[in-house]
Amino acid sequence: MTTTDPYAGSRETTEGRVYTVTGGDWDLTFGSDPLAEERLVVNMGPQHPSTHGVLRLVLDLEGETVTKARVVIGYLHTGIEKNVEYRTWTQGTTFVTRMDYLAPLFNETAYCLAVEKLLGIEVPERATTIRVLVMELNRIASHLVGLATFGMEMGALTGMTNGFRERELVLDLLEEITGLRMNHAYVRPGGLAQDLPEGIEAKIREFLTIMPERAAGFHRLLTGQPIWQRRLRDVGYLDVTGCVALGVTGPILRSAGLPWDLRKVEPYCGYETYDFEVPTADTADAWGRYLVRMAEVSESLKIIEQALDRLRPGPVMVEDKKIAWPAQLSLGADGMGNSLDHVKHIMGQSMEALIHHFKLVTEGFRVPAGQVYSAIESPRGELGFHVVSDGGTRPFRVHVRDPSFVNLQATAAMSEGGMIADVIAAIASIDPVMGGVDR
Amino acid sequence: MTGAFRTGAFGVTGSGDTSGFGGLVRVEPGGAVALHTTERPYGGWFDEVADALAEAVGQATYDAAVRRVLVDRGEITWFVHREHLLVLLQALRDDDALRFELCSSVSGVDYLDAGGPTGERLHVVHHLTSMTYRRRIRLETAVTADDPHVPSSTRIYPTADWHEREVWDMFGVVFDGHPALTRILMPDDWEGHPQRKDYPLGGVPVEYHDATIPPPDERRSYR
Repeated sequence: MTTTDPYAGSRETTEGRVYTVTGGDWDLTFGSDPLAEERLVVNMGPQHPSTHGVLRLVLDLEGETVTKARVVIGYLHTGIEKNVEYRTWTQGTTFVTRMDYLAPLFNETAYCLAVEKLLGIEVPERATTIRVLVMELNRIASHLVGLATFGMEMGALTGMTNGFRERELVLDLLEEITGLRMNHAYVRPGGLAQDLPEGIEAKIREFLTIMPERAAGFHRLLTGQPIWQRRLRDVGYLDVTGCVALGVTGPILRSAGLPWDLRKVEPYCGYETYDFEVPTADTADAWGRYLVRMAEVSESLKIIEQALDRLRPGPVMVEDKKIAWPAQLSLGADGMGNSLDHVKHIMGQSMEALIHHFKLVTEGFRVPAGQVYSAIESPRGELGFHVVSDGGTRPFRVHVRDPSFVNLQATAAMSEGGMIADVIAAIASIDPVMGGVDR
Repeated sequence: MTGAFRTGAFGVTGSGDTSGFGGLVRVEPGGAVALHTTERPYGGWFDEVADALAEAVGQATYDAAVRRVLVDRGEITWFVHREHLLVLLQALRDDDALRFELCSSVSGVDYLDAGGPTGERLHVVHHLTSMTYRRRIRLETAVTADDPHVPSSTRIYPTADWHEREVWDMFGVVFDGHPALTRILMPDDWEGHPQRKDYPLGGVPVEYHDATIPPPDERRSYR
């Protein structure tokens, strides 16, 4: 069998021959004869409607049974961690928000909590409450997409259309609050970009009355459906031991029965003062994960209501003008922009204010040297930021422990020995977001 | 030494503040992580963990393994020798008084200019979580770029698999004993390790009077 293949380049290294495999050339690469043995290597993705994004799977099959599942990632790598090192601490927010693009507000908050820990500052109470509020709204939106794509990949297309439709309710609210549907850059080191717009509370309360009925619609559509249940039950099994060994957190770990939720066990942003449950299941399979996510939507609604009740007027940014971004954004007829009062002040009244604005925007603020790790519970599990400062105006190193990245490692454990169709269910139940996996 | 102070902007020293607002003078707690060492008592449960760890691996091994301990911003870091990394991790995971069951993250950091006289610029940072006691600690191992070998922790924490591949991919740290240390985010045939601080960033050629945009690290900027 030849090993020269026009599509699969190879080179010799000290560890042996290394192939750059492009797909469709497995027989050449491995020198196996598919007719002589039952082994079939199937390349799936990275462009595939059922792989949850640009995820590539290389599956060894015997008949329809998966004997080996290898996961190939990196197709969405954009070097965010490296890019952040050449931007100011505040600009970092706009980069990290794009990682797990379904949970942007979690990325921002985790990053800002790390920067604030390095700075040794505490944000005003109103800012913290609004962070909780928008994060829980975001959690609902994220879970709805998770359920929608779950439905799509299982062939329940109505699940997808419904999921994306309900998610739009949340995105409309987030757009009104932050100016953008996604990639908000709303949470900033020291607080928030701006306060809540007027009249938003009534709209959120209206959403709180609509959403439970929509969630019930999901239960009517999917939960009781025999096909849905049979596709999910006992599929993608991973128990607590397996989860912890593989570092899996979030709904997957909770579906195995361990109520590990950083909001409860390691509270941040005042979560210890909110009344909510940590939903768990004991099935450790895709079915349990589906139910846990559905239940978490309801719990998030409870938290949003409590956050709304405790909103009191106050600042949403630290008082320290050396950190607080001077933009004073305001919503104009043509969208978000600098407040005209602020522009009038710096351009016409105070040269010092202009200098200060310029310095803070171009140079940024300095962060005392050191390193911290801050972790929060994102919709997919533990989202951790390891941030190192060398005392400069830019991050020295930002490493993101993205839950999707870690959870995706469980693919092989969940799907080897099962049917190829169940691989799809297993991955859909992991709910990875490739933007976060590849960063 | 790990991490260096950057001072001044465009040659300005001090706070670099020319705005007239002045007020901010920051004291750097613990300095640049650097050569600072925290002496006993560390405070809180940090001492319990240190005692339990010393007991689990034996005081002699503990003394040989730990270079120094740093407590900063409520987080504790053990700077350890790579030869003893696995012994410590095994004890941290299995000992009843420690129980760091979850390896949250393994990340690399390149302290290029601050490698110190030995040039140990590449750091591998393990973040461990104890789900039983709800504690978090950090283990940091430093190696040189010429001899970037660190034992793989995948046998103790299977989750470290992809983390270590990423650190290899981005920083070129070789994890001995890793089952398949290949690139994970960059293409298989990529050359170099992009998140090293001396990795060339390249500029963008612009077709205007032969002008090019300099790479980000060579542009005029505040430091």
